[in-house]
Amino acid sequence: MRIYAIAVFLFLYVPIGIIVLFSFNAGRHASELRGLSIQWYGKALSNPFVADAFFNSLIVALSVAVLSSLMGTAAALALQRLKGTVRVLFDGLIYISVMIPGIVIGIATLVALVTVFDFLNPLLASIWPEGAKPPKLSMGYASVIAAHTLFTMSIVIILVRARIAGMDRALIEASMDLYATPWRTFYQVTLPQIYPAILAGFLLSFTFSFDDFIIAFFVAGANTTLPIYIFSSIRRGITPEVNAIGTMVLAVSLCLLMTAQFSLRARTNR
Amino acid sequence: MVDQSTSSREIDIEFRGVTKRFDDVVAVDNVSLDVERGAFFSFLGPSGCGKTTSLRLIAGFEQPTEGDVFIGGNSVVGIPSHKRPVNMVFQHYALFPHMNVAENIGYGLRQRSPKPAKQDVDKRVDETLEMVRLSGYAKRRVWELSGGQQQRVALARALINHPTCLLLDEPLAALDRKLRREMQIELQTLQREVGITFILVTHDQEEALSMSDRICIMRDGRIVQSGSPRELYDEPVNRYVADFVGKSNFFSGEVVGSNGSGVTVKLESGQALTGIQPKSAPGLANGSRASIAVRPEMISIKAADEANTDSSITIKGQVMNRIFLGEHSEYLVATEGYGDVMVLSPKSIEHSDRSFVLDDRVALSWRPDAALVLGDA
Repeated sequence: MRIYAIAVFLFLYVPIGIIVLFSFNAGRHASELRGLSIQWYGKALSNPFVADAFFNSLIVALSVAVLSSLMGTAAALALQRLKGTVRVLFDGLIYISVMIPGIVIGIATLVALVTVFDFLNPLLASIWPEGAKPPKLSMGYASVIAAHTLFTMSIVIILVRARIAGMDRALIEASMDLYATPWRTFYQVTLPQIYPAILAGFLLSFTFSFDDFIIAFFVAGANTTLPIYIFSSIRRGITPEVNAIGTMVLAVSLCLLMTAQFSLRARTNR
Repeated sequence: MVDQSTSSREIDIEFRGVTKRFDDVVAVDNVSLDVERGAFFSFLGPSGCGKTTSLRLIAGFEQPTEGDVFIGGNSVVGIPSHKRPVNMVFQHYALFPHMNVAENIGYGLRQRSPKPAKQDVDKRVDETLEMVRLSGYAKRRVWELSGGQQQRVALARALINHPTCLLLDEPLAALDRKLRREMQIELQTLQREVGITFILVTHDQEEALSMSDRICIMRDGRIVQSGSPRELYDEPVNRYVADFVGKSNFFSGEVVGSNGSGVTVKLESGQALTGIQPKSAPGLANGSRASIAVRPEMISIKAADEANTDSSITIKGQVMNRIFLGEHSEYLVATEGYGDVMVLSPKSIEHSDRSFVLDDRVALSWRPDAALVLGDA
């Protein structure tokens, strides 16, 4: 049993370890290690395409994290007031949206957006004043952000719902009993109680969006995010530069995930 | 202190025909009552009797389906809890875990508009901490405190606002027995000091009896009887109240007749017993189900062969069990035709010749006015 476990863990983590190790390769080729150096990190960071893709990813991931934590929290607070069939229905839909494979979300969003754009663009052109150039809706930041938020919002809802469920309902009543208006009760009592879950949701959403390739590949249009850049550059062969980018993404993701874990644990202990 | 002469008739809380339904369940059913200013009032009853819902109707967490609730003479129907001049001590205290003791206690003051100056809040918090004997605990985290200390923080958090009325929802249920006794005394003292109306919800009859001026006994959303602890104990309106408040021996049967001196009830065994009806109880028609109730401490126990010269009711039996309770002894006596009877005999009359052991033949007797005839409702 123990041997199997070790084998599984080796299979999981050795390739990741090798990527990290080879990112410090002093040589030109990804396959042979010739001393250690951080030159590929310098190369990667000074590559304008990498920088461009990195900022695209950052903008998308930040927007997704902000939007999904705001909307997810609002949805979780509203859902907790629902009862009966409506609640069961919404709960089901939320879990389904977490389980739907990324490729399905990617294709579905692509088809939906293309259809809507095809319908709206002529309409916009027809109502636009003469002479001015009508706006043309197309794939870009907004479409990636929308597709990612669709998925990550459900994660935030699930996390915040769990937190609310564990919260003593009497705290809200106590606050109202002590003359706090509903709004003040929300930010003086409810929010401090659920913010670890919101923070964790924010970080998980950011990580998911920052790392996601499949959905972004379908709906990013002309914008290249970091995972898309990595994918396109490995078609030209795996270079230590790609390893360096991968390692940086890994480091950022791990940091955020650990922060999320920590923030979920922090207050649950008490 | 409140001036007793002018305040004695003022009503702080009033229910007029209040009904509260949750879907099909009637939690409070057409209840009318009033609570005088400065009173210590208790709702007493088993779980699900509507006592907590009544308290929540006063706090504003629930709105009545029908009827009217008044606080200080003004109808509060439709007014949300944050606009009502009452404060509550919750069953599990509901202290804010992300705030320290002082922040918890000052919470109500900080919600006022205009917001009071910080040093005023701090000063009031310090005074209140002193009142509940927690000076020096201001900066503590609430979860570091013991149950009794948390209880006092919850009290302070409510009382600092000088509410018209303090609501207490089973406030002592989470404390151990000894601490509960101490807090009962502390609550009474505190209530006398601040002169605020206290409304307590409890299922513990001992707690209600020992602390309250007035008790309202509830069942299935209705008031069964309300009155002073003594009234409820001495003159219960029916068997339910007598059973809930203190201990009683019940001999149930059917009313067969009544005259000026009392009502006679024929038991299933064919024996008849006579008792008097409490003043406030509804009359009993012949043929209706009723019980004769006798408090265990009102029964005297003697050896069976001892001469019986007075006019009291006497039944014979055999000692089945004896429990020594310190100041009392509790006997369980099997009687012929009257079932098992519990007798509480004070130590002062438990001389060696009056103390009985298992299987002793004994005679039980009580004065005619110690037996109450109660409807089985």
